Amino acid sequence: MLPLTAIYTIIISVGLIFGCIWASNNFNFLPVVASSNAPIYDELFKVLFVIGTILFIGMTALVIYSLIKFRKKPGQEGDGPPIEENLPLEILWTAVPAVVVLFVGLYSYDIYNRMGGMQLHSHNNDIHHTMSSQERIWGGIGEASTQVKDDSQVFPVVNVELSAMQFAFLFNYPKGNIISGELHVPVGHPVRMTMESTDVIHAFWVPEFRLKQDVIPGQPTILNFTPTKTGRYPIICAELCGPYHGGMRSTVVVEEQAEYDDWFQKNSKLSEVEA
Amino acid sequence: MSISLPPKTESQPEKLQPTGWLRYLSFSLDHKVIGLQYLICGFVFYLIGGVLAGAIRIELTSPMSDFMARDVYNQVLTLHGTIMIFLWIVPVVNGAFGNYLIPFYVGARDMAFPRLNAVAFWLIPPAGLMLISSYFINGAAQSGWTAYPPLSITTPAPGQIVWIISVLLLGGSSIFGGINFIATILKLRRPGLKLMQLPMYCWAMLGTSILVVLSTPVLAGTLILLSFDIVAHTGFFNPTLGGNVIVYQHLFWFYSHPAVYIMVLPAFGLVSEILPVHSRKPLFGYVTMVYSIMAIVVLGLVVWAHHMFTSGTPPWMRLFFTIATSFIAVPTGIKFFNWVATLWGGRISINSAILFSCGFIVNFILGGITGVALAQVPFDVHVHDTYFVVAHFHYIVYGGSVFVIFSSIYHWYPKFTGKMLNENWGKLHFLMTFIGFNLCFAPQHWLGLNGMPRRVAEYDPQFTFVNQLSSMGALLMAISTLPFLWNVVYSFLKGEESGDNPWEGLTAEWLTTSPPPIENWIGDAPLVVEPYGYGKKEKPQIPSETAMKEDKK
Repeated sequence: MLPLTAIYTIIISVGLIFGCIWASNNFNFLPVVASSNAPIYDELFKVLFVIGTILFIGMTALVIYSLIKFRKKPGQEGDGPPIEENLPLEILWTAVPAVVVLFVGLYSYDIYNRMGGMQLHSHNNDIHHTMSSQERIWGGIGEASTQVKDDSQVFPVVNVELSAMQFAFLFNYPKGNIISGELHVPVGHPVRMTMESTDVIHAFWVPEFRLKQDVIPGQPTILNFTPTKTGRYPIICAELCGPYHGGMRSTVVVEEQAEYDDWFQKNSKLSEVEA
Repeated sequence: MSISLPPKTESQPEKLQPTGWLRYLSFSLDHKVIGLQYLICGFVFYLIGGVLAGAIRIELTSPMSDFMARDVYNQVLTLHGTIMIFLWIVPVVNGAFGNYLIPFYVGARDMAFPRLNAVAFWLIPPAGLMLISSYFINGAAQSGWTAYPPLSITTPAPGQIVWIISVLLLGGSSIFGGINFIATILKLRRPGLKLMQLPMYCWAMLGTSILVVLSTPVLAGTLILLSFDIVAHTGFFNPTLGGNVIVYQHLFWFYSHPAVYIMVLPAFGLVSEILPVHSRKPLFGYVTMVYSIMAIVVLGLVVWAHHMFTSGTPPWMRLFFTIATSFIAVPTGIKFFNWVATLWGGRISINSAILFSCGFIVNFILGGITGVALAQVPFDVHVHDTYFVVAHFHYIVYGGSVFVIFSSIYHWYPKFTGKMLNENWGKLHFLMTFIGFNLCFAPQHWLGLNGMPRRVAEYDPQFTFVNQLSSMGALLMAISTLPFLWNVVYSFLKGEESGDNPWEGLTAEWLTTSPPPIENWIGDAPLVVEPYGYGKKEKPQIPSETAMKEDKK
């Protein structure tokens, strides 16, 4: 027979684990999912939330329990038992965190890989011949390449150049010679955005995409993403860039193909361009 | 080898140094005076940094930038960060408690280099005053405590240059202190005292000092190059002149990540001293504690680029720094399990010192968990540079280090003054600080996840309510300082006499009078071979005669 305390411990632990899993499924801590890597991100968040909450509540409960259970009662004299070490216990609580950390590391590597993080930004992409001269260009997670869906619908890559300055983002569409203060992208199309700053370091962040990339002077960076949900989402500068840093915001408009084509035609300075 | 046999002094050389309260304003060479100088000076800067934090939280009660001008806001957040790190936490957890306690723990009459020690302290007030006065003269630095170029090159130069000079002075002070601690711990140990018999705070300070000596010079060199860029228009970090801004970030974080350990490792050491005394049990797992400190020191030097996951870093670098950073959780976790095991089965006196220490354990675990999450690249690219990070590091440096500083003040105040602090005021202080702190910073996790970047004076109106909640927590934290200040002042004047050893502690600082005499002990230093021998039948101090004989064997 197990002693009663062991049974209680098991019941409480199982309850805690299921409680955390339930909480992670029923509380929403994150904004809308609007890009192809946001759902993968949310999966990672849930796993980290469950592990973290179990550890936090478990350790906090142990501390509070110790303070109550082992407090010095009135009239109690003398010291506690002189227990200095317990090798099996110490091996256990070295091994358990090591395994947890290893699991978290491998799992987040898997997430990173699924987001496309381990693909090198390739130089063989035909659209990107200018890039071959710059061998060191990093940023974001993953590569953008033309997507072909099951119904043989083709989603070619949309190329955008971002130029950031105090205190604005300017989006240049080389194909249509458009310069815009707002980012317009067609839903479902992979977007490849090359970024450079003209003055100080800025950062391009869209919380709904779960992506952020610094925009750096003298060091081009790249950010690839695929928007999956139409709507208007904020673009936020996340790197302190001067007095108006808090006001350095723009909008990304994710729209249906037809609306995007409309916008593109209206703004294109090259009339003959096909969207 | 033993070089440190303390000289037997027949009479105390009292007249060489000023006595009375004036010595606290003098170039005193007494490590205890210097320790208290650090503590009081640090606390004054803490109050100033706290006022700045209050200004930030007032600005953020509304989504508009309406409380102060935008450039002033950036000056305020830069000063807040710089003051809290370089003038409050680093000097207090290292300088104040290190100087006061380390000579006791190694059984010495003072630090290895008393004059260097006094110089290290006296660099701090002028550096701090200079930093703060820059606000009133030409405007303070506006580029955050990180001072990333090109922003730090393009914002008004006078404030930035004063900031660099101040940080160089403070870094110099820190290096002097580090050298002194290493020398004292390794070379000034009382004969008969072995390394593995030292109290844990000595190990924490040894580890911290190694980090200080290895990494602070890198910051100093980087800031000198940055000042060349500003003053002499060189191009080290200026992209328009061919410089590279990412190189600055690497160099900066090579110091500034270890700086986090410079702020928390001594706090780990202090908690390891406080918990055994009040729970009347030996520190659990002494040997693993020592090894985990050293593991944190080694790993802490190779994790810096996790601050730069969005800066344009190649995939291999992201992977390496993710793994290295995650693995710091293992030695850190060992320490927390050991502390809980120290409490387990003890006879815990529920007083302010233990409450603040346990508050530290709880807060730091949360900060550590969010830290492991932040180390994961895919997680970090969303929340980097947001309020999630602000919440995370305040759980580490406030919920961690500052809680430990308060715990330590409650624990060692009787030694400093010979008076007890009032427990009721202390518990009120703990309750208000703990609730205020969590109310202030816990909601900020949500803010960051949902789209509020850090270092902004204006934000999306949907975040107004949560920001106001956070500001209310900050207000409670500010008010919680009052019972503490009242307690410290009132107890000093009219507090209960504490006697020499009110907690019945076994470490060497308790085996002398409160406050201690100038050279720490009248007669020989006691030899404490079991600093955590609680609950053992034989009391572990060995008379010095026996120890000397053992040493000669």
